[in-house]
Amino acid sequence: MRRGIAIVGALIAIGAALVVTRTETPSRPEITTPATSESIAKGEYLARVGQCEGCHTARGGERYAGGRGIVTPFGTVYATNLTPDPDTGLGRWTRTDFRRALHEGRSKDGRALTPAFPYTNFTHITSDDAAALYDFFQSLPPVRRKNRPHALRFPYDRPWMIAAWRALNFTPGEFVPDTARSAEWNRGAYLVHGLGHCDACHAQRNAMGAVVSGTSLAGGTMPGLGWYAPSLRDPREGGVAHWKREDVAALLATGVAPGATVAGPMAEVVRRGTQHYSADDLQAVVEYLQSVPQVRDVPSTSPAIEPTDPVFALGEKLYANHCADCHGRDGEGAGVAAPALAGNRAVTMTSAKNAIRAVLMGGFAPATTGNPRPYGMPPFGHILSDADAAALVTYIRNGWGNAAPEVSALAINRERGSAVEE
Amino acid sequence: MRRLRSFRFPSACTALIAILAACLVNVSAAHAERSLPDTIAQRVAACTGCHGREGRAAPDGFHPRIAGKPAAYLHQQLLHFRDGRRRHVAMAHLLAHLDDAYLAEIAEHFAMLEIPYPAPRAPTTTAATFARGRALVIDGDATREIPPCAACHGERFTGVAPAVPGLLGLPRDYLNAQLGGWKNGLRKATSPDCMATIASRLSPRDIEAVSAWLSSQPVPAGGKAATTFSAKPPMACGSIASETHRVSP
Repeated sequence: MRRGIAIVGALIAIGAALVVTRTETPSRPEITTPATSESIAKGEYLARVGQCEGCHTARGGERYAGGRGIVTPFGTVYATNLTPDPDTGLGRWTRTDFRRALHEGRSKDGRALTPAFPYTNFTHITSDDAAALYDFFQSLPPVRRKNRPHALRFPYDRPWMIAAWRALNFTPGEFVPDTARSAEWNRGAYLVHGLGHCDACHAQRNAMGAVVSGTSLAGGTMPGLGWYAPSLRDPREGGVAHWKREDVAALLATGVAPGATVAGPMAEVVRRGTQHYSADDLQAVVEYLQSVPQVRDVPSTSPAIEPTDPVFALGEKLYANHCADCHGRDGEGAGVAAPALAGNRAVTMTSAKNAIRAVLMGGFAPATTGNPRPYGMPPFGHILSDADAAALVTYIRNGWGNAAPEVSALAINRERGSAVEE
Repeated sequence: MRRLRSFRFPSACTALIAILAACLVNVSAAHAERSLPDTIAQRVAACTGCHGREGRAAPDGFHPRIAGKPAAYLHQQLLHFRDGRRRHVAMAHLLAHLDDAYLAEIAEHFAMLEIPYPAPRAPTTTAATFARGRALVIDGDATREIPPCAACHGERFTGVAPAVPGLLGLPRDYLNAQLGGWKNGLRKATSPDCMATIASRLSPRDIEAVSAWLSSQPVPAGGKAATTFSAKPPMACGSIASETHRVSP
């Protein structure tokens, strides 16, 4: 199956490559205005908005010096050194080079960058914002850390493959404000679809790893990590149109809100990114996210299993032993310390991946300025068999008025030992 | 009579109403939302799930006891796990989104706990291995430049605050895994990594012997870490140096 996809992909690529011309010429150094403390500060802020650090800092490594491996279905892409070291970083880059990387997805020498760098989003970044980001990165202490070559499998490591991918999936663009909407809404849209690159995760991807047209913000399983990024268009998943405005803001600013706690990759997004948003930008993003059209005609679902089912009884017993102390006998939770499970979308959405991972691996909400001492949940993967964990998750998904498909022992097994980088 | 006169009807009424109102508020709050204790012990329930209630692991397990270990040592280990210098998938996942300050508070919490140690398990190795372990721990091996453990880990092997951990009260499997990890480069500490150097000079048989002997020893007097080294440590250790630097004015 995978080989089939690869061959089809390669054929498409070869065909497309024929019509793609690479006529980019390396840019010339230009006359630039000097960086100001204002532009550097603005760039530092924007770097946080875009969570550049998340990819461009290795675990335990120097900030922005690159080296973190981004796992994709096509191999591992290693994020590059953004510090101004002349030999290993951006020291010889000009503002124009940098702007072109964001806007056109091309390196200083004209080479097309791998789309793991989300230039399909970053192309919308204004040249002013790009300049500020450039000024900030150039102001960092240079770190000499040679970029590690990507470990992409053939044919994904070939330049013509990336050229073909670009021909099919990428057009440089500008953010075009919707004049019928408020300035706040437009700012939110700009941040969500541009620098914030939310749909790098919250969208479906096709066999070539490109966002499927029309699925932006509609959720999807993250390639590589395997977490499910819920749909922001679906009230049964991550849609927030019906939430209180202050709860949406609280979730992005602190990582916790009534009935919701961010986990997995989103915990990192909150910790490194959204908790640092200015009050205005936070409100703009909330305004935009609440306006995202929601799926309508949601069919009503009935519980997958009956309370008389032995699986339900086993799950109920395991829940009483391991979960009820914190999450309450009836799944009512205990504030933000232990989110309610009754009516919790993270539990009931169709994909059970995240709920399974929470049970197997536990976790803390991110430590943020607004929630600096988060409560943590223990991992249970080492004390629950696959069958036990399946019964427990199935029970949680169908107890107290919840209704969601049953989870199999195989589905539990698939999530074991996953989702942690080494 | 004076007492009676001082009794004022309106103020007594107000007090009664206030008490009643307080009761009502309490009842409605209890219905509205459960809450968990606002304590650090409750916040770190994620840790005690494996490391045992209050940080006391069972002596037969792999998970080490963390209660009562020196605070700076625990903090360093938490940072090492989070930042990938020490490898453990479950620990890396749990700590990924926590910051230095909170990890310091967590370390402090477990360091402060004073939990009695269980009796050690009887050794299951041969007498020769046991004797080899005892000799290596107590005397080291000068010909191979292996210092005695007590030179850094305290005269009674209970550690030296704030950065050097005790070696007693730990499961044998855990000790084997740590020394093996250092030898193989899987466990690292702040450079210069003295334990990596020492472990590189130990053979697998040495490690087995050392772990067997250490895990069979009773823990003296609550296992409290010493506060000072009895003599200058024989090797340069980044973990010790960085903490000494940190606490100096």
